[in-house]
Amino acid sequence: MTINYENLNSIQLDVLKELGNIGAGNAVTALSKMINKRVNMDVPRVEICEFKEVPEILGGAETPVAGIYFRVNGDITGNMMFILPINSAKVLLDMLMGPFRHGDDFTEMDISAMEEIGNILAGAYVSSLSGLTGMRLAISVPALAVDMVGAVLSVPVIQYGHMGDSVMLIETHFFEGDQSVKGNFFLIPDADSFEKLLKRLGVA
Amino acid sequence: MVGSVIKIGMADLSAARDPSVLITLGLGSCVGICLYDPINKIIGMAHVMLPSSADIKNNGNKAKFADTAINVLIEHMSDLGANRSRLTAKIAGGAQMFSFKSANDLMRIGERNVEAVKRELEKHSIPVIAEDVGGNYGRSIEFDSANGELRIKTIGHGKKTI
Repeated sequence: MTINYENLNSIQLDVLKELGNIGAGNAVTALSKMINKRVNMDVPRVEICEFKEVPEILGGAETPVAGIYFRVNGDITGNMMFILPINSAKVLLDMLMGPFRHGDDFTEMDISAMEEIGNILAGAYVSSLSGLTGMRLAISVPALAVDMVGAVLSVPVIQYGHMGDSVMLIETHFFEGDQSVKGNFFLIPDADSFEKLLKRLGVA
Repeated sequence: MVGSVIKIGMADLSAARDPSVLITLGLGSCVGICLYDPINKIIGMAHVMLPSSADIKNNGNKAKFADTAINVLIEHMSDLGANRSRLTAKIAGGAQMFSFKSANDLMRIGERNVEAVKRELEKHSIPVIAEDVGGNYGRSIEFDSANGELRIKTIGHGKKTI
């Protein structure tokens, strides 16, 4: 019997939410240290959405965002994506680079800084999952796209097309004290990794 | 005059009579296939995610694959009175949103989608009269039944009509 992500029970969903909680919690702590400000996060959501609904996530398909994408490899495989609304990305860069940043467009330096921020946060997220589950997990080098959220999210979502008609996202929303920086982490395990993951966590 | 505006989601398709506009927002590596019968002014749009249903067990949703979506779309358009021998195609999308050093097949999905769509259209003898594909950016598209115009919007890569 293989476990289908489209019909998980409530205990399994809770366990996945807790994974999001721990992973994002660590990533948010890393971010908070980096900008030396308090960063809050909401309770993670586990969403199983039909492909049709995907473009509507995060305020409509055309919302401009910076998306930093990682492939997760190791005992389980999947995708991680860290999404910042465009304005949050700019504020975050201003906070980090201060006087070295000029103008409104993203420079090579900005892009490389965003990839590095993503790298640190995704690294914190994944290493805490690795510690929790005892599984070996590693992230790929980051890749960045600044574009419409629908187009950015289509990349991990397409991989679900091989397995079914919906995608499962473990989503955690975070925001800095006065909401000038906010964003979302998405953990999107490959469909064939669910069974391994849930078995390892004792809820298969 | 704009009649009905129909939004097409991912792995979704629809056909409509004049006056109507079919739209799909935030197209990334997926491909938007737009078919038109210029005499009866019947339009159809499919938003496909993957090139082929052949090796996939769970392939119930025909709108998801290039090879099956085109068949279904032509059927829907014929039901509305389109003449299949008159159909022309415009396609958009198939971008590679992220560039990784190792260009494996997973990352080349946009390009593979475009190839598959063209192959399928050729099988149905439907000419591709215009296209805006590839690149590394997303697109929103609007297909108008009045004249078969396909309007394309991007972030930072301009607007165009094909």
